[in-house]
Amino acid sequence: MIQQYIEQQRQKKDILLMTHIVMGYPNFDACLKLVDEMVTAGVDLMELQIPFSEPIADGPVILKANSEALASGVTLEQCFEFAETVATRFDIPFLFMSYYNLLFKYGTARFVERMARIPLRGAIVPDLPPEEAGEYLAAMDSSELSPIFIYSPNTTEARMDYIAKHSNGFIYCVARKGVTGSKTSFSGELESYLASCSQHAGIPLAVGFGVKEKADVDFLKGKVDVAVIGSESLNRLREGGVPAVGNFLRGLRD
Amino acid sequence: MSERGYYGEFGGAFVPEILTATFDELQLAFETAKQDPAFWEEFVQLMGSYSCRPTPISYAENLTNRFGGARIYIKREDLNHTGAHKANNVMGQGLLVKRMGKTRVIAETGAGQHGVATATMAARLGFECTIYMGEVDVERQRPNVFWMERLGATVVPVTDGSRTLKDAINEAFRDWVSNMDNTHYVLGTACGPHPFPEMVTYFQSIIGTEARKQILEITGKLPKRVYACVGGGSNAMGIFSGFLADDDGDKRVELIGVEAGGHGIETGQHAARLASKDASIGVAQGYKTYFLQDGDGQMKETHSVSAGLDYVGVSPILAHLRDSGRVRFEAATDKEVIEALALTIKSEGLIPALESSHAFATAFKEAPQLSSDDVLLINQSGRGDKDIFTVADAFDDPKWEQFIIDKAAQYQARAAARRSS
Ligand SMILES: Cc1ncc(COP(=O)(O)O)c(C=O)c1O
Repeated sequence: MIQQYIEQQRQKKDILLMTHIVMGYPNFDACLKLVDEMVTAGVDLMELQIPFSEPIADGPVILKANSEALASGVTLEQCFEFAETVATRFDIPFLFMSYYNLLFKYGTARFVERMARIPLRGAIVPDLPPEEAGEYLAAMDSSELSPIFIYSPNTTEARMDYIAKHSNGFIYCVARKGVTGSKTSFSGELESYLASCSQHAGIPLAVGFGVKEKADVDFLKGKVDVAVIGSESLNRLREGGVPAVGNFLRGLRD
Repeated sequence: MSERGYYGEFGGAFVPEILTATFDELQLAFETAKQDPAFWEEFVQLMGSYSCRPTPISYAENLTNRFGGARIYIKREDLNHTGAHKANNVMGQGLLVKRMGKTRVIAETGAGQHGVATATMAARLGFECTIYMGEVDVERQRPNVFWMERLGATVVPVTDGSRTLKDAINEAFRDWVSNMDNTHYVLGTACGPHPFPEMVTYFQSIIGTEARKQILEITGKLPKRVYACVGGGSNAMGIFSGFLADDDGDKRVELIGVEAGGHGIETGQHAARLASKDASIGVAQGYKTYFLQDGDGQMKETHSVSAGLDYVGVSPILAHLRDSGRVRFEAATDKEVIEALALTIKSEGLIPALESSHAFATAFKEAPQLSSDDVLLINQSGRGDKDIFTVADAFDDPKWEQFIIDKAAQYQARAAARRSS
């Protein structure tokens, strides 16, 4: 399962990188090249976001990618097929990231079975708190997939324990308040928050929201297991195309 | 969160983790306020001195004679300060914001009525205010944008998605996840994550509480039917609240929610979630209800002549009341709505908002089925002044058109003079 994979990789590296793409943005051919480039650059895990019309937790960059993908006609089925292509071709764990409605509408149990067949290793569904996730959790458990839940800076310690109980694989810590893509100050305050996350999680931690440069990744070393690169890859893709993303990712851990 | 706000299978709170603590705080503030009799008293007192409560019920004698069926009465929410029922919810939430000690409010708006009401409340209670409004709605409700800005609010046009109400809600949530420490999101309708559907209904129930008492005083009996338009469902939940318990035998009050039929249900260009078969159950914007969505679960574009009804989801409480058979849902088309509006203006001297005119249109269709012993009550949720541009277009008024042409020429001349100086 993902937890073991993360622990094994951590024997070899001080920190792992998880990247994120929006499937179908700017198109599926480019996405395939992008995944290839990311894997070649040494990325350890990847989130494949299924575009949704109401991406309530995403900031402007990813929001725009979602709506442009949908406007170009991207369907759920195409996303399943794309995920199958990359999951069989590349040897790193892939996770789905999307919003609950897409699972609910497809049938949560059926959706999870489909994920397992692809094979994906887990999913991040930011608008599905554990309290509402009964069916999803049962399905993920029986397919041996990891449900990835989120800690945020205002999650209480009691709630951290509660979330940890339902989590598997790793926990995704949001580095600050706000949506994806805006700036985080990597500070002492963040450090004590991460220490508290780590104490309550009991499983590996990934940190996301606003990781943009090598200094950010350096800051996270020794504190968490995985640094998540979200909007910044999309920014680099827009500015310099697929090769720019590879260069950027390689530069993060030199 | 201990109590998750389910109505049958609808409702819930599907919120990102970052907002969980904020929702817990809101829930606690609301529960505490509800237990405190002084809170409701303060609310009623404020609405009596600052708005126009209790709003009257008017007998529509000319419309009654014209249709020759039920006696038609109208609950006058248009007489609220800022011209719509939205003020009830907004002032109530404003009092709650004071209790929570927050200093900034944000809101989404479709028709602009909720935005104007929120900006007004913010001006009165001394809060900073930002309003999110779809670009399409900014265009069709310009007078309300003008007033929000005069009231000191920042109006942010939302250019994502369908650029209407649902997109404004998403954008308001995005603001909230960054600024929850000092900011309250004043959601404008009985939708969204728990406790919003319950809380908005609680404040709007002042409509139904008044209306039940008034109609008994005026007519000596309960209405046979009560009609309200349904966008997100707040004015409908407000007036229905007064009559939900009247569900027995020949005293049963039938409750009818009227949705936007747009260009007609058969065209697919409408916003009828509960009156058509086009919607299905889903989870978006933090709650579970019927949404107009495609097979993958992506939200569809909706259409209505009225910005305030042009929305993909609907109150989870109404979804439940529909499925349990307590509320019947109908749709009125844009065309029927304009006709009902024209008739109401001419016969009664009342100018209902385009949203409210949906309730009138369906009530007019059904009034002749009832007898003159029967009482029929329509909720006039708001006044139509804000719709002057849309209505003038629908009426194809040549004098209005000429006025705008002349006005534009004046502005152009002024702008040219400014450029050359
Ligand atoms: C006058 C008026 N009526 C009705 C509505 C629809 O909202 P709701 O269904 O919440 O009453 C609006 C919304 O903007 C409105 O301005």
